[in-house]
Order: sequence, then C-alpha cells, then structure tokens
Amino acid sequence: MITLNLRRLAALMVKEAIQIRRDPSTLLIAFVLPVILLFLFGYGVSLDTARTRVGLSIQDDSAAARGLAESYRRSRWFDVARTGSVIGLRQDLVAGRIRAILVIPTDFGRSIAAGAPKPIEIVTDGSNPNTANFVAGYAEGVRAAWAGTPPPPVTLITRFWFNPELRSRFFLVPGSIAIVMSMIGSLLTALVVAREWERGTIEAVFATPISMAEFLISKLAPYFILALVSMTICATLAVTVFGVPFRGSPLALLAVSSAFLAPALGLGLLISAATKNQFVASQVALLSAFLPALLLSGFVFEIASMPKPIQWLTMILPARYFIPCLSTVFLAGDLWAVLLPNILAMLGFGAALFALAFRFTRKRLD
Amino acid sequence: MTAPAAQARSVTKRFARGAAPALDAVSLIVATGQITGLVGPDGAGKTTLIRVLAGLLRPESGEVEALGAAPGVRAEDVGYMPQRFGLYEDLSVLQNLNLYAELRGLPPAEHAATFERLMHFTDLKRFQNRPAGKLSGGMKQKLGLACALVRTPRLLLLDEPSVGVDPVSRRELWSMVGALVGEGIGVLWSTAYLDEAERCASVCLLNEGKVLFSGPPVDLTARVAGRVQRLDDFDGGSRARLSELLARPDITDATIHGRSLILVTARDAPPLDPTSLGAGPRARLSPAAPRFEDGFVDILDRKSSGTSALAATYAEAPRGGGPAIEAKALTKRFGDFTAAEDITLNVAPGEIFGLLGPNGAGKSTTFKMLCGLLTPTSGSGAVAGRGFAEAGPAARARLGYMAQKFSLYGDLSVAQNLAFFAGAYGLVGARARDRSRELVEIFDLHRYLPVNAGTLPLGYKQRLALACAVMHEPPVLFLDEPTSGVDPIIRREFWSHINGLVERGVAVLVTTHFMEEAEYCDRIALVYRARVIATGAPDELRAQAARNTGRTDPTMEDAFVALIEAADRAREATDLAA
Amino acid sequence: MALVSPRAFGRLLAIIVKELRATLRDPRSRITLIVPPILQLFLFGMATTLEVKHFNVGILDNAGGKASTEFVQRLAGSPNVGRIVRLASPAQLRSEIESEGIIAAVVIDPRFDRDVAAGRPASLGVILDGRRSNAAQIVAGYIGVIAGSVGLEARSAPVMMGSVVRNAFNPNLDYVWFTLPSLIMMVGAVSALTVTAQSVARERELGTYEQLLVSPLRTHEILIGKMAPPLIAGLFNGTVYLLVAQIVFGVPFAGSLPLFYLTLVIYLLSLMGVGMLVSTLAATQQQAFLGVFLVTVPSVMLSGYAGPVDNMPPWLQTLSLADPCRHYLVIVDGLFLKAMPWEALWPSVMPLIIIGAVTLSAASWLFRARKE
Repeated sequence: MITLNLRRLAALMVKEAIQIRRDPSTLLIAFVLPVILLFLFGYGVSLDTARTRVGLSIQDDSAAARGLAESYRRSRWFDVARTGSVIGLRQDLVAGRIRAILVIPTDFGRSIAAGAPKPIEIVTDGSNPNTANFVAGYAEGVRAAWAGTPPPPVTLITRFWFNPELRSRFFLVPGSIAIVMSMIGSLLTALVVAREWERGTIEAVFATPISMAEFLISKLAPYFILALVSMTICATLAVTVFGVPFRGSPLALLAVSSAFLAPALGLGLLISAATKNQFVASQVALLSAFLPALLLSGFVFEIASMPKPIQWLTMILPARYFIPCLSTVFLAGDLWAVLLPNILAMLGFGAALFALAFRFTRKRLD
Repeated sequence: MTAPAAQARSVTKRFARGAAPALDAVSLIVATGQITGLVGPDGAGKTTLIRVLAGLLRPESGEVEALGAAPGVRAEDVGYMPQRFGLYEDLSVLQNLNLYAELRGLPPAEHAATFERLMHFTDLKRFQNRPAGKLSGGMKQKLGLACALVRTPRLLLLDEPSVGVDPVSRRELWSMVGALVGEGIGVLWSTAYLDEAERCASVCLLNEGKVLFSGPPVDLTARVAGRVQRLDDFDGGSRARLSELLARPDITDATIHGRSLILVTARDAPPLDPTSLGAGPRARLSPAAPRFEDGFVDILDRKSSGTSALAATYAEAPRGGGPAIEAKALTKRFGDFTAAEDITLNVAPGEIFGLLGPNGAGKSTTFKMLCGLLTPTSGSGAVAGRGFAEAGPAARARLGYMAQKFSLYGDLSVAQNLAFFAGAYGLVGARARDRSRELVEIFDLHRYLPVNAGTLPLGYKQRLALACAVMHEPPVLFLDEPTSGVDPIIRREFWSHINGLVERGVAVLVTTHFMEEAEYCDRIALVYRARVIATGAPDELRAQAARNTGRTDPTMEDAFVALIEAADRAREATDLAA
Repeated sequence: MALVSPRAFGRLLAIIVKELRATLRDPRSRITLIVPPILQLFLFGMATTLEVKHFNVGILDNAGGKASTEFVQRLAGSPNVGRIVRLASPAQLRSEIESEGIIAAVVIDPRFDRDVAAGRPASLGVILDGRRSNAAQIVAGYIGVIAGSVGLEARSAPVMMGSVVRNAFNPNLDYVWFTLPSLIMMVGAVSALTVTAQSVARERELGTYEQLLVSPLRTHEILIGKMAPPLIAGLFNGTVYLLVAQIVFGVPFAGSLPLFYLTLVIYLLSLMGVGMLVSTLAATQQQAFLGVFLVTVPSVMLSGYAGPVDNMPPWLQTLSLADPCRHYLVIVDGLFLKAMPWEALWPSVMPLIIIGAVTLSAASWLFRARKE
C-alpha cells in the first residue's frame, strides 16, 4: 500500500534542496569531483601515442645507415633522446630514460648493396607492454618507409567509423560521465540517507505520519535532478573543452542518463538502508559503484577479454549498459537499436533495486 | 477516569538474541493532563521505551497503546522529541517549523498563526532565520519542542529534553511543558536528573531495563520519611566526617550539602544521637525533607563505602608553595567573539573548585585554557606551579583529565587502555605494571580486563576512566561533568574517591550542570557571558541568592538562576544608563 | 636527547602499541585494511588487461574465391577472434557495427582472389567501430597480421624481415608482468592513505582526541604513533603482493630485496604525510574519507599506470611531479623487472623524500595549530 501526500512530499523535497545548497560535501561530490574526473580522463589518461623517447645505436658508417638514422630522427613517433653504444643505451633503458633501443647493425650499408639487407635490431622496454608493442610496430614502419619496400601483398584499407582519428579522449570523456553519475547516484544518495540516521533526524521524521514512499521519493527526486545538472555540465565541458563531437540529440542523452539513474539511485538507497552510517556507506558505495564502474564496465578494459566469471559479473553492473549508450550518443548519434535494449536493462535493474530498498527501509529503528 | 494517553503492559525488548533485555516486562501509564516522569540512569531503557511508544521500535512481547491505537497509527496526534531534538541543522528555525508542520499535516491556513504562537512561546522569534545548527543547546531544545508541538498533540513524548542543558534553560522548558498539561495533553518526560522527577505528577523509575518504582514521587520519598536528617556545626572537615559516618552500620547514605551533611539512617535503626556521632560538642541534627534521590538510593539497597582505597596509597600532593591551579586575567577571543574574558581564579591544593554556568557562557573555554587545550589570547596561568605557556608537556604530566563523554578507547580492552595510559604518562617497566595492578585491585576490574572498554557497564566505564586519569598520581585533576547520567550509588562512589584524593592534597577543578555535583565543591565560580559573575562556597552563593530573592533556603539551582537573573538586571541597568 | 630517555621511549612505545591495537580491533579499520587489497588483487589481476580477445568480426565477402575463403578461415581460427558474422549487405554491416554486435567488418572486393593469385598487391577494406578507439586499433593490427600471412604464401619469393624485435625485461610482453608490480603502488596508496587519514579524525570523533592532548605526549610522538599502523599494513601488503606476484602469477622479481623494502618505506612515508595532512584537516571520518578519495583517484590516475606520463600535456606532467605514486611506479616496475640499480632509482626516490618531508612537517604544524 503506497500512500502519497503531495504537501508532505513537497515539504520534504524543499528541505532536501536547502540541505543540498548548504552542505559543502554535497556540492563537492556533485560539481567539483565530476570536473576533476573529467579533466583527469581528458588529459591524464591519454592512450594516444605521443613521441616516444628512444636510443639509437648506429654501428655502421655508411650513407644508408645515416639515412635511416635520419628517418628515425625525423619520425613524428620518436624522439631520439640518446645515441651511443648498446651497452650505454641499455643502462638508459633500465633507468627508464628511453623506451627502446634501435640498433643499425655493422655492415648495414654493405648488406643492402649485396641485396641481403641485415635486419634492424629493436630492443623494447617490455616492462610496459603497451608502449613496447607500439614502438616495435612504428620503428619497423619507419624502416619500411625509408627502404621503399614494396607494400606487403595484402594491405588493409582501414576506416574507423565515428572516430576517424582514433582519439581515445573521445571515448574516455563521455565514459567518465558514467563514473560521475555512479558517484552522485549511489555515493551521494547513500550518504544523505545515512546522515539522517546518524544525526537522529530520521527518528523525528519517522514519528510523523509520513509514508515510506514519501520519504524515499523525497530523497530520490532532488538527487536525480542534481545528477542531471552535473551530467549537463560534464557534457558541455566534453564538447566545448575537449572537443568531443556530439552527434546524438540532447533528448537521447537525457533518456539514457535518466534510465541509468534508476539503478544508481536504487543502489544508493539500498546501501544506506543497510549501513545507516555515513562512513560505512561511503566505503560500500565506493566498492560497489565506483570501482566496478571504472574497471568492469568496459570503460577502460574490454569486457570480452575478461575471464568468463567476471564477464558474468559485469552483467549485473548498470554502468556496463550505460557506457555504450554514452559513446553512441556522443559519437554515433541516436541509434535507438543500441540505446533501447540498454535502457530497458537499466530500468529493469532499477526496478529490482528499488523493490529491495523499499523492503529494507522500514519506518522503524530496529 | 479518562483513558490514558498511552500505556505499555509488560513490554520486553531485546536488541540481539540472547542479549540482556533493554526492557524487561515494563509497564507504564501516561495519563492525560499531567507529566509522567520516566526516570533512570543512562542505559536504563528510557529511550527504548519512548521509541516503542512512538512506534519506532517493535517490542518483543507485551502490549503497547498510544491514543487508544497501536503505536504509529495516530502519528499526527503524537508529538515526539528525540534525544538530539531531530532538527535539521542546515535549515533555519522557520524552515524546521515549516517542515514539521507539513509533515504532521497542519492545515496551511493555520501555519502563520501557529508559528507566531510557538515562536513567541519559545522566544525564538529573533532567531527565526538562523540555521538550527548555529543555535545554543538551550535554544535547540526549545526549537525541538516547538517542532513537536507544531500541531497540538494529544500525547507528547520527550526523550531527555534537559540533558546537557543549564538550569536556566531547564526551568524555562519545564514551565513551557507545564503550561501544555493544562490543555489536557499527556506528557512523558524522560530524564536522568532526579530533581526533575520530584516535580512530576507520576514517575516510572527504570534501572537496567526493570521498573524499580512506579507512582507519585512522594510515594518513593515516603520510603525514607523520618529517616533523613541534616547534620550541622560539626567539627573537622565535611569530607573526613562524611567518610567516617558512612562507616557506621546505622547510616545507609550520607551526602555533602555545602557545610552540612545529609544523613539517611537505616530502616528500624534507633534515632541518631548527635553526641554519639563523635562530631564534636556543637554538632546538631535536624530533620530534613527527603529527596527523590534518597528514595532511589534506598530502593537500590546498595551502599557506597565512603572510604577510598585509591586515596590510601596516593602520593601526598605538596601543600605549601602557592596555588595548584592559577589563572590571571585569562581571555580568549575567537575572531571578534570573546568566549572568556578576564578570568582570574586560584585553586589551592586539597580544594575542589567548581565551574558552573549556562551553555555557551564560556565555562568550557575557561576549562580548556586551564588544562592547556586552548592557548589564551591574553593572561597567564599555571598548573602545579608550572606556567602552561612555557612548559606544555611538563605541566601536562602533572594533571589528570576526565571528560564527560566516555573518552577512552572503546575498541581496546580494559587492560590495553590501562597499558596505554601508563605509557603515555611515562610510567615504564615494573612501575607501570605495579601501578596498573594496583588500580585493577582498587577498582575491582579483574574480571573485565580482557573486555572491550566500550562494552563495559556504565559504572565500570566510570571506574576505568578515573583509573586512567589518576594513573600517574597527578596533584591536579580536571573533571568535565564526571558523573552525568550515572546512578546515584556510582556517583557517590566516584566522589568518595575524589574526596579521599582531596584529603591528600590533590586539587580538583570540575565543570558540571548537576547540582548534586556542585554540592561537593569547596568553592564555585559562576561563569556567565564570558565572565565570572560570582565566586564562593555553595552556602555563600545560596545565601547571596536568598538575599537577592528573599527566598528561604534556596536550592543550589535556585541560587544559580537567581545570580544569573541578577547579572542580567545589572547589565540591562548599565545598558539603559549608557 | 628527548628521544632516548626511558620515559620518552615508554611513551612512544605506548602510543605505537595503542595505535596498532586500535587499528586492528576497530571493525571499520579492519575492513579498510583487508577488503581493498583483496578486491584490487582480484580485479586488477584478473580483469584489467588491455589485450583484446574474443572480439566478433563481420565479413562482407564479395569474392568468395580461394584466397578470400582462406583468409576467413584463418581469421576464424585465430584465438583472439570470438565469432565470425557473415554479412549479406552494406546495410547489415552498418547495423551490426552500430549495435556493437561486431567491432570490425572486413569487406572483400571481387578482385581480391584474382589479385592474390596473380601476386599483385591486393587490399581488404576494414571498417572499425571508432567508439572503442583503443580496442579498434588493436583489432586492426590483428586483422592486418592475418591478412599479411595469406598474401605471403601466395607470393613466390619470401620477403626479408626488415627488423628483429626483442622485448627486454618481459620477453613475451605479458601484461600481468606490468600490472602486478603496479598494483603494489596502488594498494600502498589506497591503504596507507585511508588508514592514515582516518587516524586523527577517528580520535576526534570518538572524543579521545582531547584526552590525548592533555597527556604529556609530544606532537611528534602522537604522529609517529599514528604512522605505525599504515606503515606496518603497507609493508605487509607489499610483502604479500611480492610473493603472490611471483608464486601465483609467475612474475619474476629481478631486483634487490633490501632496495625494495627501503624504497617501499620511503614511499609509504610520503603517502602518510599526505594522509596525515588530510586527517588533520578533516573534522570527521567521513570528511577524511572523501578527502582521501579526492587525493587517491588523481594520484593513481596520474601515476603513469593508466596512461604514460609522457602522453600527458606538459602542465599535467609538471603537476604529477608532486604525486608520490608517479615516482614509486618507476621504482617498483624498475626493481621488479629491470633490477634497477640505486643510481637509477635515486632520481625517483629523492622526490619521494621531499614530498614526505614537506607534507609531514605541514601536518605536524597543522596538528598543533588545529588543537583549538
């Protein structure tokens, strides 16, 4: 039996709004934290390749060797930071001053003249596998271009839809909106309900005739709006500051964000009902909302590459359905074929979490 | 007889399976048109019972009824004020009132008039736009009450509305609630202050989850009728005399009351003969009115020994050579707010000195400056002859400190707490072990050694806190409301230790709202509006109040209120002149 | 002088023992000690790989001859490819990519078979989902290798290899070899910062703070006491991860063990300085927790674990100099895989010492100043 008295509901929401305005930690989580996260993902986690520092060891004095060395120096992928003997460069590699050693072997020029060119030796720093892979690929590319080697028999003509220049920022910045909204939806909601338990105000409110539904709705509506405001700020920054294209419609963004807030807010309510303590609530919210959204949602790491049990686990993470929606709305457009199933999944989880939260929060203290 | 506003029949409540019951077959009737007192020390079960009546907790067994229905059903007619008042600190006074008016369904047309009436009633009109978090304790309490009254209830549940609040505010609150009773409201007022119980029409005395007594308070005091006597003009110090008298089997209870002693004789004991008391030729006995507390002690049927094993082995504190605590013109400002101004006082070795005053008057600022927690803006002070400005840690090594809130490490065991404080006060090796063993012996902590301090019974927490504070046998002790919320026997036991230490030259500085505690002081300073407005022995302050008001035999609380009112009048007079 | 007197030693010992007991007996700090390290080991060790596996590829085969069939078979046989989706039309291609059913689609031109058979340069069109830019790039690489192998066999003359690649320190470029040492950096940061930041705030909240301040304990003694639990927790976590990395994940530890512990202690001290600053500023455990969150997330993200420091804009690179995690990541990766000698470690150790010294002095100054 759900009873709703609109006057009481309005009074509770006004109260919540005043508290939001006066509580610095709410504003911190809703506005400062999102901007910080956005900037971190926009600038700090660039997976796009910049110039990598390499060491060059030229053991041949031929024109060919000098020419190749020059090609490496001029390449936009490399910064030839050191030259010298392999032994000396090896120390630089250990110390992390360079990421790879490129060795042009002795008799390199003569071997080319003889029609049996000696291979270039590339020693990468395997302690960072990504960079190592990248250096090896591009170093060979530079050599091949220099040598004018005929193209391999089969070449790929690749086109990257939605993000032709492959800017990782175009993916990371919209994705970070999911992280931000997980924080606001789950962490903030968990905190504000737990705060009522901690400060004892819930006692006085529960002793009045309000219904459970009124109480829960009064907690949800303000933070729903707050999260959408924060989302709008993030989206605006994404487009204006980070230059992320926005090919979908604001309406679609609003729809997917609202759908995501259902499970996020539901989780927040559930956490606070179960913990009743701000400190524990924030820890639980961090472990159950923030970390999974960051690591297991497909945001940074591919879900398909994870072990099967973890893949199953990701099925119950609302963020995994939100991330593809965000990248689609930003980069591809309003593809409802993508958005609708995800929206339905999020709403489904939202309904389940609300049902649980409703069951667990009682108008009693025991 | 009209139906009661609320009643509980044989209610039992446990918070964990197998745990001791928080309420054990408790029955209570809250009649309409009167104040029913729910009295008992902390942890007695008062809050649990009130929450059951408000419908916030479900009892395990027994029947509960509020306004003729199950608790929670008639919520719109029940006013409930929880212990921390249930106020939203970020909301202003008016916003809080408005919120509760809407929640309790007050028709919008009545809002303005009701708020006007309540703000007039609570004198909060001036502060209506101030956030609740920025109100003083007394004002919060009034606002909490106003929120509970916003739609005139038929049942009013007040959970310790007067805890931590000064006597002036307490009186105001009491008279406000008293006015409501005339309108036929049933009020349940829970309190740990026993003097409040005496003013209730009916009282339910709870202890450890059980009802010890139920009925009009006079019925309880009747238990000790004719057995309470007052001893005046005796020879020697009151503390030594008290300890001697308590050793007699025919005296079950004795307390210090200024320069007098209040004695309760054992049931069926022959009348006391003043000459047999060995209290000197001039000693005289006169009958005294029994207090609620005397009845409570009688019903508990335990007797505190009056002698202190702690004092017996305590290092004699040096008596000569100046005051133990000295403050010269101490002033503390926070920004442009003056919290304490020109405080000058001396506490001699072997003296108990009390700091009293309303909340926010500068009492705790003064206390904190004296024990080195705050640096004064100007002025100087010394503890045990060492100026705390120069020699911080050295001065701190000579003082013991016990805070009102239980401030030991709750997650550490008793033994670990003792070990930590021994080390923190620089006791090492065999000396640390011996001293800890000695304290365990004195305070009978053996069986609790491995128990977490946080789960100790209240009385043992009290003992452990004192044990840690006197670990290093300091010549100076700072006590911040040391016995608020404990039962009278535990309080007597505590003070018999303090009395014993004082006899050995220890100087004690104590802050308190408990008038019973104030009676133990040799001298009292009353702090009001950042200044000391009166200093003197309890009897002197009472006499001063008697002169001011013309009342005969005022209580300590009367004196407190009278002196503050006099200070207000004097200030208004100077304001007018200016 | 003060440090050697037996009383001062007794005080110091008492507060260290008390802090350790308080941390171990408080259920909340027990949780912060145990749960995050285990969860991180589980999540990072298992789930976070930048490799791309089990991806689905669409094929729009307009050729259907020998070479194209062979290519598709090879593609299907690759361990990295999950499923091959046969596409009937460009429209289906579009919808499969859009709906993220496939990450890439290969369009095979009718001329493909003939070109390959004739030894002429042939080409395949590949359309990739740029929304997942990183994965798409890697997938393009995989497809390229498979396509190249088809052509090679069709061509008569073998092509000379132009470069030989050796991967020093991690011959097979095993991603876990990078993750696990970095995890020591992360777990250290998370646990040391949370435990330190809670310590003073907890004392304030429980009301024991004043009790501590009126005792003869000196400020430095209190702070040293508060540093014992995170230090021990950090060393414990470091040791566990050192063993787990070698025994469970087979990551070799090539460096010097004494240097590992020495640098770990220095790293923990610098973190504790930061944590102590947060702790003295926070009034409640809740604020301390939020403060730690605000510090930890940027620290870890700017450390170079999530993306190389070199790729960041210059202003952010400068900012990251104040991040202990950035310096320690170089140290721990270096020690684990490269057996970095002290001379190479020093440029990263020195900033840690500076950060620690500055933050610890600031914290103890604030601790004194905020007594009131």
